[in-house]
Amino acid sequence: MRYVCLIYFDPKVVFNGSDESNSVLGAVGPHDRELEARGHLVTGEALELPENAVTVRVRDGKMSATDGPFMETKEMLGGFQLIEARDLNEAVQVASGIPFARLGCVEVRPVVDFSQPRPKL
Amino acid sequence: MNPSDARAALETAYRAEARRVLATLIRLLGGFDAAEEALHDAFAAAAEQWPRDGIPANRTAWLVSAGRFRTIDRWRKQSRLTTALADLPAWMNAAPEPSPSDPLDDELRLIFICCHPQLAPDGRIALTLREVAGLTTEEIARAYLVSAPTIAQRIVRAKAKLRDEAVPFELPALAELSARLESVLLVIYLIFNEGYAATSGPSLTRADLCAEAIRLGRLVASLCDDAEALGLLALMLLHEARRATRIDAHGNLVLLEHQDRSRWDRDCIREAEALLERAFATRRVGPYALQAAIAAIHSAAASADATDWHEIVALYDALGCVDSSPVVRLNRAVALGMRDGAEAGLAAVEAVLAQGELDEYHLAHAARADLARRAGRAEAARASYRRALALARQPAERRFLETRLAQLSTGPAAAKQ
Repeated sequence: MRYVCLIYFDPKVVFNGSDESNSVLGAVGPHDRELEARGHLVTGEALELPENAVTVRVRDGKMSATDGPFMETKEMLGGFQLIEARDLNEAVQVASGIPFARLGCVEVRPVVDFSQPRPKL
Repeated sequence: MNPSDARAALETAYRAEARRVLATLIRLLGGFDAAEEALHDAFAAAAEQWPRDGIPANRTAWLVSAGRFRTIDRWRKQSRLTTALADLPAWMNAAPEPSPSDPLDDELRLIFICCHPQLAPDGRIALTLREVAGLTTEEIARAYLVSAPTIAQRIVRAKAKLRDEAVPFELPALAELSARLESVLLVIYLIFNEGYAATSGPSLTRADLCAEAIRLGRLVASLCDDAEALGLLALMLLHEARRATRIDAHGNLVLLEHQDRSRWDRDCIREAEALLERAFATRRVGPYALQAAIAAIHSAAASADATDWHEIVALYDALGCVDSSPVVRLNRAVALGMRDGAEAGLAAVEAVLAQGELDEYHLAHAARADLARRAGRAEAARASYRRALALARQPAERRFLETRLAQLSTGPAAAKQ
């Protein structure tokens, strides 16, 4: 099964130059290579800060583009990894090894299996 | 070798060996997480090497060795990055090839760990199904009709507890065995019940739960001549023998008295009877062996009428002495109704219901309804069928109750059939 690990963190913590933050940033590359070598990593990207982002909406056929997102919370989406895992618990185990989990948090989301019916909400 | 042959061999190996390889790796590496990573690495190594070098003769040993080697290698590399090599556990540097142990022993050890009394009962079941039975988190969630994150958290918490309490990966000492066995047997019993009782949801997974419970039951019964371990296995086999006749072609429930007894699995029943003989020979039978003995009397009878209801009531009396649950009292009352007639049974069931504990239990009201129907009291029967219907949730059970209620509404003549 495939899962997306959404990596959230507070950029003021990650880029504050402390030893702890630098050790996490230094561990990211080797960890990615290890996940890849072990067959877990399908793909992943780090994202630039939200100040470089644009949010697009279409309402009544009209497109609007705004700066942002501007969020209330300090933690923002900083990157993602698409992983291959046997089940949710293995995905959780892989996510717990992502270095950013030590500074922020990682949301594990199963990728939709389109052979299953849509959720009824 | 042909790559598609190697891939097929690998898939077969995964289905057949993964749980055993994992059980052994947990013992060798001393923890769940390291072992699961090692298992993943072992199969990754096999995917790389088997197509090139051919499939090893002893696949289990190959996979254990590959998983263990890659883990130790990774730990060495990691410790080189962070600390001096001297900080590694001494056994890792020495790293002698582990002495081969019976993989069955490793699975048994794992069952006892997963059913550790320190763990919450929910956690024991989820952990056993994932680590011993090899089900995925998502499969367990589907089988128990709860969300996957709920199951994932139960498993994470259970593993954290085992780690925090530093529970050793070993079989309990003989003095502790019977207390620890009780928890193991309960988990197996609950897994079987979940698979057997439910008639909704994906039926394949449900049947798999029963098969896995029986496999675990065999494993535990092979460990010791414990009457309850033998009794539980016999009980599961006796129910399994009747599985095919419980539901008709339309998915409707068929009661024991109407089941086609010629289709009961006789091999299964014979095996259970032999197990029961061994259990009763120990003269230390408990609730599982007694329930199995009751099921065995049903299995031996040519029809519901030919059933030895005297013996069944007597066994329920014995069961009531070791298990004073209201459900046992209810079953005894129903058996009494078969032995002494519907009126006597109705009085007995009403006495159990009057105690109040089974007020929300649909089968208690269904039992009262059935006895009232047989006693010709249509109005009381209708009221109880309605109450049962208000409480029942499984579609097949609901259809059964609705049919009975409809038959009663057509008049008193139909009610006595």
